[in-house]
Amino acid sequence: MTVRLIPLAPLMLAAAPLAAQDHSAHGDHSAHQQQPEEEPQAEDHSQHQQAPKPFVLPDMTQPQAMDHSAHTVGDVPAGPPPAEAFEGPQHAADRIFGEETMAEARAENHATHGDMKTGMLMVERLEARLGEGEDGYIWDMQGWYGGDIDKFVLKSEGEGEFGGGIEDAEVQALWGHAIGPFFDLQAGVRLDLEPETRSHLVLGVQGLAPYMWHVDGALFLSDRGDVTARIEGEYDQKITQSLIVQPRIELELAAQDIPERGIGAGITKIEPGLRLCYEIAREFAPYIGVEYEAKLGDTADIAKAAGEDPDGLKFLLGLRAWF
Amino acid sequence: MDFPINRRRVLTSIVGLGAATSLPLPAWARGESLSHARQGFGEVSGERIALTVDQHHFGVGGRKGHAVAVNGTVPGPLVRLREGQKVRIDVTNRLAEDTSIHWHGLLLPFQFDGVPGVSFPGIKPGETFTYDFPIRQSGTYWWHSHSGLQEQAGHYGPIVIESAKPDPRYDRDYVVLLSEFTPRHPHEIARLLKVGEHYFNRQMQTATEGDMPLKERLMWGGMRMNPRDISDVTGDTYTFLVNGHGPMDGLEYLFTPGERIRLRVINGSAMTFFNVRIPGVPMTVIAADGMDVSPVEVDEFQIATAETYDVIVTPPEGSHALVAEAMDRSGMGLASLTSHAGHRATPPKLREPVTLTMADMGMGSMDGAHGGAMNHDAHGGGHGGMDHSGMNHGGGAAMPAMDHGSMDHSMRDTSKLPPDVKVGPGLDMVAPMPMDRMDYPGLGLDKVKHRVLRYTDLKAARMNPHRMPTRSLEIHLTGNMERYMWSFDGKKFSAVTDDPIRFAYDERVRVKLVNDTMMAHPIHLHGHFFELVNGAAMMNQPLKHTVIVQPGSTATFDLTADEPGDWAFHCHLLYHMHAGMMQTVTVRPFPAPEEGA
Repeated sequence: MTVRLIPLAPLMLAAAPLAAQDHSAHGDHSAHQQQPEEEPQAEDHSQHQQAPKPFVLPDMTQPQAMDHSAHTVGDVPAGPPPAEAFEGPQHAADRIFGEETMAEARAENHATHGDMKTGMLMVERLEARLGEGEDGYIWDMQGWYGGDIDKFVLKSEGEGEFGGGIEDAEVQALWGHAIGPFFDLQAGVRLDLEPETRSHLVLGVQGLAPYMWHVDGALFLSDRGDVTARIEGEYDQKITQSLIVQPRIELELAAQDIPERGIGAGITKIEPGLRLCYEIAREFAPYIGVEYEAKLGDTADIAKAAGEDPDGLKFLLGLRAWF
Repeated sequence: MDFPINRRRVLTSIVGLGAATSLPLPAWARGESLSHARQGFGEVSGERIALTVDQHHFGVGGRKGHAVAVNGTVPGPLVRLREGQKVRIDVTNRLAEDTSIHWHGLLLPFQFDGVPGVSFPGIKPGETFTYDFPIRQSGTYWWHSHSGLQEQAGHYGPIVIESAKPDPRYDRDYVVLLSEFTPRHPHEIARLLKVGEHYFNRQMQTATEGDMPLKERLMWGGMRMNPRDISDVTGDTYTFLVNGHGPMDGLEYLFTPGERIRLRVINGSAMTFFNVRIPGVPMTVIAADGMDVSPVEVDEFQIATAETYDVIVTPPEGSHALVAEAMDRSGMGLASLTSHAGHRATPPKLREPVTLTMADMGMGSMDGAHGGAMNHDAHGGGHGGMDHSGMNHGGGAAMPAMDHGSMDHSMRDTSKLPPDVKVGPGLDMVAPMPMDRMDYPGLGLDKVKHRVLRYTDLKAARMNPHRMPTRSLEIHLTGNMERYMWSFDGKKFSAVTDDPIRFAYDERVRVKLVNDTMMAHPIHLHGHFFELVNGAAMMNQPLKHTVIVQPGSTATFDLTADEPGDWAFHCHLLYHMHAGMMQTVTVRPFPAPEEGA
């Protein structure tokens, strides 16, 4: 250790006049220098080396020079506490205030030191969609309640036409469980109310992907054995603190044809869109946007055969709000 | 110094709100209605003290809301004690929920430390609890609730303990208690931190703000981290207070030119680090966390939540702005230090928002990063620069040159963690190369052109016993920004209430705190003073009760565990503690119950 310290001393001395030049900051340590007990660090070393103890801690005055990858600090051994540290009752205050009273207080502490339960309701998209054909609307919302690891999650989305009825409507009830720092696994059930009642099992993940993309993907197994999937991703790019551009993309897939819903196996639908939101408050952001919606592959062919336009551009007018 | 005003009385009358006559204060602000807490505080002293905790309303600068006030003021009364006396303090709870008072920084029997569930059961509604302990120290401290989130709502106040011997270092003595007020209920803030993303941050980098190059922005985005995540709760909801007064209230500290004024600066905020300066007036730091240090003259210092610094100033005639700028620059606390009653000093403008750097990610030295070279220049003066040169040249082998742009380092390499750290959703980052940054003046202050206090400047004025630590202990500060989870070693307090950190009585342990998060955490140990391993000779290592662990960095202290009992150990950012960043430290064997009770 001395070997390392000796070459440091001249470096320190060399640094001192530089400091005075560069910088008023900390150059003014004249107060220190006038006081004999406050010599620069070089002095400290000798003090340690003269210490009566048989060993010298290497990092005493140079914490920077430590091997930071090690989990021990310098030469001081890590290890379990001495046996005395385990003596006595489980909790010190039990003997003074009573075990029962203290146990109650500790139980109350859990909620206020980590086990807080909370929740929210988020309307991600409540929008009018104006295009070449009929003007329609959609809703897309989710709520949750729970702790850091486990949550109850409720989702609902659907769409309809102004002047017409609701075309699609679904509700999902899911158990969310944190599987990593950024993602939750979600499992539960989905109930379609429109176009016809149908139930599904759901297995999905939701969370924050690298580059701050909010991702929500799920596999659905219907009560008729059909497997479908849906992936959504969105990203908030702030233009100012309140003005946000949000690219969003949604992809739908099917493992097999589902004739009664006009779906062919493969990627069935893609919806890239761009929304411009203004946060009047954090919780309340109206937006405008455009979205391209296209049925793909066999699904597109089925739509064409039915005389529908398989794709189209929609202008959006909507609201993002949460409580 | 021949000065006619009794020091104690000056402090009591704490400055006339010079503006009291000129401001159109509503009736309640003049203390005419009991349901509203008054701004500022009175004083209680002697061997028998009574404090009453009650619900109130409070308002400052147009913001109004619910408050929990003690003896009817926010902050609560100054508790003035004298070294060597005994004190009995009756605390009466008039709330509908439990309350408590923790005497922050005081050495006392653990059962009077005031932490519900750790040192005592708490004080039930309608009950009075009597704290009874001798005063073994002197200096500047504070008290606050340790129940729920009451501290945010106004349940805090200053403690001044006069030394047994006369102190000739100053002519006038003022408390500068920094805090915040929010009209929001603290539980609402806790919820918004959990469910909203950066809810209170109005200084995010945007397409039109911030000068970080695209490549680096992408890197931060790739890690799912926000380089403007400086403070969780900001001036967006906080009004920053000096002794309970907002920046527009015109709080005045009066002085006569030539006087040496002791300012006892206490950060009694829930969540805010403050940068304290009096432009044009140098400050000589004489104590840190109540303990005397060798005097150091600075122009600015950063004070973390729960820290205290005592400074001596000798301002020239005129009005000087006493500025407590929030670390994230979202607002400031303000008062005037003036030799002319009624003259308000002109405050400086808020400085530019702070952006985190590679070093805050725990990427080691700043070489190669943007601003890296600048950072070294800024450290060029004083001990800090020496440490860096030592690190980069002498210790070069341990510090390979890094190309930070390439992001070779995994930001969550859990193999770098000791086995007792729990890896789970509550851990979003592992600092790849955490460095000791005792020489760092604080976020946003590494490039300012004047003298800023660093931990490496602090040296205990009184010698500590020279003892080598016999054991080392490493504790990781862990968190998940996105989920707003905070913990020690990946485990929330709620999970480890029966598994404390253990020390044997009188054991001397070197404790290294490793911050695996990108926020600065003020870590506080109850009932003890530890010695910062800051480069000072061991006998001059400064005594502190709270230490800042910089983002992605380490901080080390030597602790002689000589106060038996169970003690709280936690991050003093209130909502971090509430989220679980707390542990019990137990020092055993315990004293016999007769002695203790």
